[in-house]
Amino acid sequence: MIGFEPWEDFPFNQGRLCPKGVKRYMQDEHPDRLKAPLVRKDGIGFVPVSWDEALDKVAGEIKRIQRQYGNDAFALFGGASLTNEKAYLMGKFARVAVRTANIDYNGRLCMVSAGAASKKVFGVDRSANPWSDIPLAKAILVAGANVAECAPITTNYLWQARENGGKLIVMDPRMTPIARNADLYIPVRSGGDIGVFNGMLHVMIERGWIDREFIAQHTTGWEQVEEVVRKYTPQYAARIAGVPAGMIVKAAEIWGPAPSSFLLHARGIEHHSKGVQNCMAAINLVVATGRIGKEGCGYAMITGQGNGQGGREQGQKCDQLPGARDIENPDHRKYIAGVWGVPEESIPHKGLSMVPIVEAVHEGKIKGLLAISCNPMVSLPNNSYVREACEKLEFFCQVDFFLSESARYADVVLAGSLMEEDEGTTTNVEGRVIHHQKAVSPPADARVDWKIICDLAARLGAADKFRYNSSREIFEELRLASKGGIADYYGITWERVDREKGVFWPCPSADHPGTPRLYEGGKFNHPDGKAHFQPVEWKPAAEETDSEYPVILTTGRVVSHYLSGTQTRRIGALVDQYPQPVCEIHPLLATRLDIAEGDFVKVESRRGSVIVRANVVKTIRPDTVFVPYHWPLDRAANNMTVRAIDPISNIPEFKICAVRVSKVSPPHDALAELPMEAGGVR
Amino acid sequence: MNGPENMEFFMDHSRCIGCRACVQACEECDTHRGVSMIHLETIMRPDSVQTAPQVCMHCDEPICAQVCPADAIKKTDDGVVQSSLKPRCIGCSNCVLACPFGVPKYTVEINQMMKCDMCYDRTSIGKRPMCATVCPSGALAFTTRENIERTRQGLAIREWQFGGEIVRTKVNVLVPRNVDRVDVTIEQIDTTGTDEYDVARLLAGD
Repeated sequence: MIGFEPWEDFPFNQGRLCPKGVKRYMQDEHPDRLKAPLVRKDGIGFVPVSWDEALDKVAGEIKRIQRQYGNDAFALFGGASLTNEKAYLMGKFARVAVRTANIDYNGRLCMVSAGAASKKVFGVDRSANPWSDIPLAKAILVAGANVAECAPITTNYLWQARENGGKLIVMDPRMTPIARNADLYIPVRSGGDIGVFNGMLHVMIERGWIDREFIAQHTTGWEQVEEVVRKYTPQYAARIAGVPAGMIVKAAEIWGPAPSSFLLHARGIEHHSKGVQNCMAAINLVVATGRIGKEGCGYAMITGQGNGQGGREQGQKCDQLPGARDIENPDHRKYIAGVWGVPEESIPHKGLSMVPIVEAVHEGKIKGLLAISCNPMVSLPNNSYVREACEKLEFFCQVDFFLSESARYADVVLAGSLMEEDEGTTTNVEGRVIHHQKAVSPPADARVDWKIICDLAARLGAADKFRYNSSREIFEELRLASKGGIADYYGITWERVDREKGVFWPCPSADHPGTPRLYEGGKFNHPDGKAHFQPVEWKPAAEETDSEYPVILTTGRVVSHYLSGTQTRRIGALVDQYPQPVCEIHPLLATRLDIAEGDFVKVESRRGSVIVRANVVKTIRPDTVFVPYHWPLDRAANNMTVRAIDPISNIPEFKICAVRVSKVSPPHDALAELPMEAGGVR
Repeated sequence: MNGPENMEFFMDHSRCIGCRACVQACEECDTHRGVSMIHLETIMRPDSVQTAPQVCMHCDEPICAQVCPADAIKKTDDGVVQSSLKPRCIGCSNCVLACPFGVPKYTVEINQMMKCDMCYDRTSIGKRPMCATVCPSGALAFTTRENIERTRQGLAIREWQFGGEIVRTKVNVLVPRNVDRVDVTIEQIDTTGTDEYDVARLLAGD
C-alpha cells in the first residue's frame, strides 16, 4: 500500500476526501501494526503466540466464565467501523456461539438517539433522503453538526444549496466553519436545542406555516405537540436555548415558509440524556411542514463512522436482530432462528447496552469481555470508572490492528484486519450499500477479522454455523437474514452495487431498484402508514453548572483526528495538523479566570480532569469550553464527562457536564516532557 | 478522469473550511513528499475560524520568473509557471520576496525554491490537480468556466491590484458580482479587528 488516488466516479463524494482519508492508506504498513496474536504473561508483558494458543485461551476463558457465572457474564462489544458482513457476524456470534444477551457496539455512543427518534416518528432508522436532495433545499437547518470537521464531504452539498439560493441555519455552541457562512447562526447553549425547535414551531403555528392538510392525512399526535409548544413563546424558548428570542423568530421565518427544506442533525443534539427528545423535537419541524419524501425536502442524521448506518442494522445491538429486527418480537426471532438453523428459544433476549455493560463489569456481574472495532478506554464517558471496570474483568480479549489504550488492558490481543485487507460492504449515511474491494492481505500473522470470529465460534462448538469460505458467503446469508426486515438487503448483490455505484435499502428483490428516498407520497413505516408526532418538553441535563463547577464543558472532534485517535494519532501529518488537545475558551471567560492564550489550564469536573493549553477564541459561547476527545489518559476529555445516559437510546451525555477551569503551571510529568509528536506538550 | 482542455482552476476563499485535505494531499506527491505546495492560512483564529488556501496563481507575467537571476523559473506554453529548475536555482529567495501572493518557499535542506506547478504531471494528461480533486468544500475546483457560471453565484475573475501594479493570473478567484479586480490594500492586522464572529456579541443581540 503505497499511496492513494481519489475515485472521482463515485457519486457521493466524487473523489473528495478529508485529511484523514488522504492519509488513511498509511495504516496498512504502519510499524505499529499488530502482526501476531499477543497473550499477556505475568511479569513479562505481551508475548506473541500462535493463533491456536491465543484462540484456545480465548475460547477456554469464555467457557470457564460462562460455566462459573452464567452465559450473560461474558459480554461482547462490536463497532460501526466493521463491514456489514462482520457486524452481522458479531450479532450471530453473540447469539449462536457465545449465547450471551450482552452484545452491544460503539454506535451506542453515536447514532442511537437519532435512530430511536426516527423509529418513533417514522418507523425507520435511516436518513430519509439521498444527499443529492440537499442542494435543492431552499432552507437548511443543521443542528448539532460540525459538518466541516466531522462530515467534511457534506460541506460542498451545503454550499451548493446556498449557491442555489438556499438559506442555511446552523445551531451550535461554537461557531464552526459552516456556521461562519450561515445565513443564521444560532449559538445555542449545550442542551438548549429544544428551546429553538419548540420555539420555532410555536412561531410557525402562529404564522400559519404548518401544512394542516398533510398533518391530517399522514400523521397522528399533532394535537399534543401543538398543546405542548403553546407555552414556547420566543421569550420562553429563548431562556431555554440561551440565545436572543429574535434568533428563534428569524429561524422560523426562514424555515417556515420555505418551499423546500432539509434538516440535518448529529451528535450535538444527540449526545444528551434527552438526546431522543431533542431529535424528536427537530423532526417535528419537518413533519409539520409536510416537506418530506419529495425532491429537495428531507431529513437526515449524519453518521459518525464509515459504517454508522450498516453497523446498526444487522444485529450487533443488544436489542436487535438482522434486518433491523427486534430481538423481543416473536415473529422476528422465529425468522432469524430459521435462517441460523437454531431453536428460537436459544436466541437470548434483550441484553445490556454499552454503558450498563461497563456498570455490570464494575458491579462484578460481567466477568469477561471481547471487543472489536472500538476503544472503550478512550470513547466511554467517565474514563476513571471505565479503567476500574477493565481492571475488574477476569478476562478481556481485544481484536484490533493497533495496540490501543483498551488493548493494553487485555489478556489476549488478536491481530485483526483493516478495511482494505478484506472484502465486504458498508452502508453510507444515505442508506447506500457500498462495496469495498480487498487491496492487500493482512500483514505477517495478522488475520482477517471474520476468520478470527469464525475460528472462535468453532472452538465454542458452533463450527457448523460459521463455516464461511469467504466474506461473500457471509453477505449472502446477511441478505437472507435481512429479507423482509426493515433494513431489507435481499435484492442487493455485490455485482449490483458495483454496476449501480451503490444500492439503497430497502431493496427487497433483485429487480427492485432500491430506495434512495423514503416516505414518498407521505407513506411512513408504522402499521398505520402515518408519521407519529411526539410532543417534547425540555428538561435539564444530568449535570448542569453550579457555583462549584460553573462552566459548561462540551466535547467533540477535530478534523484531522478520528474518534479515539488510535488510528490518527499514529500518522505524523495528522498529528502535526492537531498535535494536542486544547481548551477553547472565550476571551470574556478567560479574562475573568486570568487565562491568556497558550496558558496551561486545568479543566476539572467531579470525576476527573485534563491539563491542556488554552485557546482563547471569540468563536465559542462565553459560558462554555470545548475540549476535543481524541486523546487518552491524562489528556482525555472523557476524564470529565458524566456517565448519564438517555433512558431510551442509552447514549451517554457527552455534550454537557459541569467543570471549573483554572490556570496551572506547565505539566512536567513524563508524558508531558515528550516531544509533541510523541505525545508531549512542549 | 480526463477533462476537456478548457478546464481552469477556481479558488473560492469563502467556501474554505480549513480541513487541510488539500495540504495533506499535495504533500503526498513524490516530487516534494512531506512538503505541501499549497498554503492554507488561518486568517486570525482568535477572532474567527476563517481560513484561506493559496495556490500558485500562475501569473500571465510571473514576477517570480522576472526577478530570478538564474532564469530558473519557466512558464509552459499553456501558461503554467513551473517550480524552480534544480540545476539553476541558487537559493537567493528573490522570488520568495517578490511574489505578491507569497507562494514560492525556500527550503534550506535542498537549497532550492519550491512552488505549486498546478500538478503539471496530472493536468498535462487531463487529470485534475490533487488539491482541487480532494477539496471537500469546493473552495478549490478544477473545472470549466461554463460549469462555474452555471453553479456558482460568485464571479470568476483573474485580475488583482497590488498598490500601483496590476497582476493578471491564470488561476481564477471567485468574488462578489460587483467586483472586477481584487484590490489588495495592506491593513494592520492588530488594529483591524473583527467582531463579526464574536459569539458573545451575537448573544447580546448586537
